Parts: sequence; structure tokens; C-alpha cells
Amino acid sequence: MTQTSLPRARASAADSTDHRYAGRRAPGHTSGRARRRAERAASRDEGTRRAGPGAYAFLLVVLLASVFPLWWSFLIGSKDAAALNADGIPLLPGGNFLKNARTVVDTVPFWKAFTNSVIVSSTVAFSVVALSTLAGFAFAKLRFRGRDGLMVFVVATMAVPTQLGVVPLFIVMSKLGWVGSVGAVIVPALVNAFGVFWMTQYLRESLPDELVEAARVDGCSMIRTFWHVALPASRPGAAMLGLFTFIATWTNFFWPFIVLEPGNPTLPVALQQLQAAHYVDYSLVLAGVVLAAIPLIIVFVLAGRQLVAGIMQGAVKG
Amino acid sequence: MTATTARPTEGRTVPAGERSAFRKALSRWDARVSPYLYVSPFFVLFAIVGLFPLLYTAYVSVHEWNLIGGKGEFVGLENFTTVLQQEYFWRALRNTLSIFLLSSVPQVVFALLIAAALDTGLRARTFWRMGVLLPYVIAPVAVALIFNDLFGDRYGLLNEVLGWVGLGPFRWHVDVLPSHLAIATMVNFRWTGYNALIFLAAMQAIPRDYYEAALIDGAGRVRTFLSITVPLLRNTILFVVITSTIGGLQIFDEPRMFDQYGLGGADRQWQTLTIYLWNVGWGQHNFGRAAAVAWLLFLVIVLIGLLNFALTRRISSTGGKR
Repeated sequence: MTQTSLPRARASAADSTDHRYAGRRAPGHTSGRARRRAERAASRDEGTRRAGPGAYAFLLVVLLASVFPLWWSFLIGSKDAAALNADGIPLLPGGNFLKNARTVVDTVPFWKAFTNSVIVSSTVAFSVVALSTLAGFAFAKLRFRGRDGLMVFVVATMAVPTQLGVVPLFIVMSKLGWVGSVGAVIVPALVNAFGVFWMTQYLRESLPDELVEAARVDGCSMIRTFWHVALPASRPGAAMLGLFTFIATWTNFFWPFIVLEPGNPTLPVALQQLQAAHYVDYSLVLAGVVLAAIPLIIVFVLAGRQLVAGIMQGAVKG
Repeated sequence: MTATTARPTEGRTVPAGERSAFRKALSRWDARVSPYLYVSPFFVLFAIVGLFPLLYTAYVSVHEWNLIGGKGEFVGLENFTTVLQQEYFWRALRNTLSIFLLSSVPQVVFALLIAAALDTGLRARTFWRMGVLLPYVIAPVAVALIFNDLFGDRYGLLNEVLGWVGLGPFRWHVDVLPSHLAIATMVNFRWTGYNALIFLAAMQAIPRDYYEAALIDGAGRVRTFLSITVPLLRNTILFVVITSTIGGLQIFDEPRMFDQYGLGGADRQWQTLTIYLWNVGWGQHNFGRAAAVAWLLFLVIVLIGLLNFALTRRISSTGGKR
């Protein structure tokens, strides 16, 4: 439900059955990944074109455009309202950021929102990863009647705009008396089709069939096989899925905005409240933006590499 | 799976005692039932929170239904016909399509260019890749707030800078096209780098010999890009276009935050269909009509998705022939 903005289908390359990858789906192709990498490295070395200054210049402009809005919000967020109106374009930060930050925290329930965002995003990320890994294991490695049909269903639901179900969802939540509580944000996001699709693809490639069979022959029950064999193998893919789900949930606005109340928001909903006043003080609003952006920027610094890898893998893997 | 795992067990359990028979049965039962057990949490939960609301929307849409009062009488298709007679609905449809066009087309073009630049033997390539992805971790609401300030009608940075070259000032928050441009810029800011990485991954899968052959044939950079890279990325482009159609037509955050009132402008200049839906449902408390809007929006998404599918196929296949 909440996953509409997520890499969601995006990273999945929904069966972009590029002819070149056609053979890769066959289960048991455990060496496919390594082989492909070797092939790629080889072809790279032969035909590498060194990057010209044009590429660097262009990318530098793109990079500046990526960073500038953040820098700008810090710039404005560190001024006071009077200084903003006084002169033209500010070039250097003022000294008011902490004061503005304090006002933000006093104006909207910032810490409440922060705590809610942490709770919602972690719970959703954990649940999506756990349930997707379980289902992905079954889809990728176990044989059962109706498997292919169910998998088609999963892929098809990735394209369904579940956001359009908000009206009945709200009716249900108000019947349950959940309107205004974070549970109403968490529960609809506990599963998503993209996660199942992603983990199925991941385990199909990274978990050898022989390993699963060996565990079964040794008398492992299914759940023990899952726990001791599939789970360790799924870790890198699961981590990426967790990251993307966390970010998507953290930045989600539409449904939390509808179902939560002003006193108990998530961070994006709290940011919206900052702007709701009749007179918008941008030094305050943008200080709030910076504050709210800090947690995900930390995530980005720590795990940006994995994010890049995740998007690129998803694109090719599909 | 059942067969393959059961057989070796048979061979090993020598004394076919009662206990081992029981274990064998248990193991077979385990292998048969477990897969369903493992996929069921997803299907059960999805049915409840994803599928059911979507279908129930149809039921709500043919009833009179108030946010507070609840269900009223069955009214057939009246909600639909009423919505279709609203001027604001059509305006919202126009705005949604316009913002979608302004965001998706430049986004794909720029993402392809950035990907091409990233696909040259760069030094510190992880740095550049992370650099283009940075906007992705900024929430749409935050992006909207920042760009709102940059696109300020009176003291905004953009109008100031455009003024230096004798352009503007544009009334970003008053006029139709400028407001759409501003909102599209927010979307592009957040997603272009993300899509560039998708394209980059696909580009790296293109065999380098193709490029060498083109080089030998005397093709320039631009020509190589247009005649080799773009046609070979057809499926990836298609994928990006379709997913951004599904997401882009439901756009809410950025236009909602474009002013503090959140209705899409005094004259609904930038009200999108999802804002319209939200306003009918939670502003006017008319759930029946809001559900009708949801179904109409669904229809629009399907139609535009199919159109895009056909279009992208055409464009990239003719590109390939040339």
C-alpha cells in the first residue's frame, strides 16, 4: 500500500526479458553470476574508452545540481526571517540554524514524528524482508502445485496501483478505530509484491539447489532448511530489499497524511504542518527539511554503495 | 521436490519400523504443505490490505457514502456521471497528464545522457554513481519545500537568476504551465539519477564489440549512442517508462506541497487527479464520489500505460532500423 513510491517495480525491470539474459533463468545456474562478471570484465578491458573531460564536466554539473537544493535549504535554514527579506541571494550560511531547529522542534511534534518514522520504517522493512524471503524461498526452490500461476499473480500485482484503494482502506481503519495511530500506516505496508519478486529472483541465483537437497536428505525439516541454508544465502539481497523498503516507507506521504492526525505524525507529515501556516517562514521550513533529511543522509553515506548496487542489479536481473 | 528428497531417505532407513514410517510420512507432509505455508503470509495479507480495498472501491463507488455518515443508498453510476461533469475533474486530468509529460520525457532523456557519461571509464566511479543518487533519499515532501522556495514568485532564486539574462519574472505559483514546470522539476530532481543507474546497468551489458565495430565503420559518439545504445536499451526504457507512468499519474506529494493550502492553486492550476480524489473524499467527505475518481484514475493509468507501451516499442524499433 505505502510502497507506491518505492523502487518497487522500478528496480525490478519487470521481466525485461532482454534476449541476452534469456538463458539465465534456468534454476541451478549458480556460476552464472560469476561468469557474467568475468565476461564483462574481459570485454571491458578490451574496449575501454577512457572518460574524456566532457564526461567529467557534465557529471560535475549533475552532481552540483544534486547537492545544491540540500545546500540551499541549509543556507536558508540558517538565516532568520528578517535577513531573508533584507538582501538578495545569500551566499554564506548564517548562524541561526540551531535556533531555527529549536523553533521547529517546538512548533511541530518533531521528536514524536521522528520516533514514529523510525518505528514505522523499521517494522515495515523487517516484515517485508522476512515475509518476502520466506515466500521467495518457496517460489525459487520448492516445487508445489500452482507455483507458476501464483508467481504470475505476484508479478501482475506489482503493476497494480494499490494507492487507489485508499477510500475503503480508510473505511476499514475507522471501523477498527485505528485512524490516528501508526498501526494504520504499518499494517497495509507489511507485505509487497515487489519484495517477493526480488527475493525469488535473488534466491534463484544465489542458492544452489544441491544445498537445499542436501539439507533435506540429511533430515532437515523444511523450516530448518530455510533457517540454516536459505536464510544465510539470502542475506545480501535481503539487506538491499530492507534498505529500499526503509527509504520508501520513510519518505512516504500520501497515506500517512490521510490517516494520521496532527499530534501524532510521521516526519513528512510533520514537515507539511510546518508549511501550513498562513505566513510561511522559509528559514524555519527549510531548517526543518534539513533536520528531517539528516537520518536518510546518514543511511546514504553508510549504505550508498549498496543502494547503487541494488538498483543496478535489479535493473539487469529483472 | 517431494520425490527427490523422499527417495534417498528410504534407502537409508534400514529397519522399516513404525517410527520411521511415521517420520517419513511427516517429512512428506512437511514437503507438501510447507511451500503453501511460506507463501501464504504474503497472499493473505495482500488480499486484505491490497486487493480487497481495490475491489471494495467499486462497491463504494456505486453508493452514496459519506466520510462520517457512512453508507447510503445505491445510486448506480451516478457518482461517475457526476464526476465526469465536474470542470475540476477535467482540469485535474489535464494537469496530471501535462505534469507527467513534463517529468517523464526529460527524465528519460537526461537519465540516458547521465548513464552514457557514467559508462565511460571514469575514475572514482562509485563516487559519481552515488552522487547522482543522492536526491533519491530526500523525501518528496522535502524536495517540494525546497523547490517551492527556489521557485518563489517574488524573491525566488530562479526568477532572480533568470532576470540576469532578461527572462521572467515567471509567476510559478499563478500560471498554469510554469507551475507544471516547477512541479515536474521536483519529480525529475528525485528520479533522474535513479533511472540513470538502471540505464547504466543495462548499458554495461551491451557487448563492447558493437562499439568497436561502430568505431571502425566511422560512426561518431552521437551516432553510436543513437544507433546502438538506445535501440539495445529498448526493454529497459520501456520498463522505466511504464513504471514512471504508474507512479507519475498518481502524483500527489509535490503538487500538494506546492502551496500551503494544498488544493492545487486558487484556480486549480496544478491540481492533479490524486489531489482531486483526496479533496472529494476528505475535503468534501464524499467517499462514493472519491471512489469513482479512484476507478477513473485507474482507467487513465491503464490507458496511458498501454499507449506508452505501444509508443516506446515503435520509437525504439524504428531507431534500430535506421
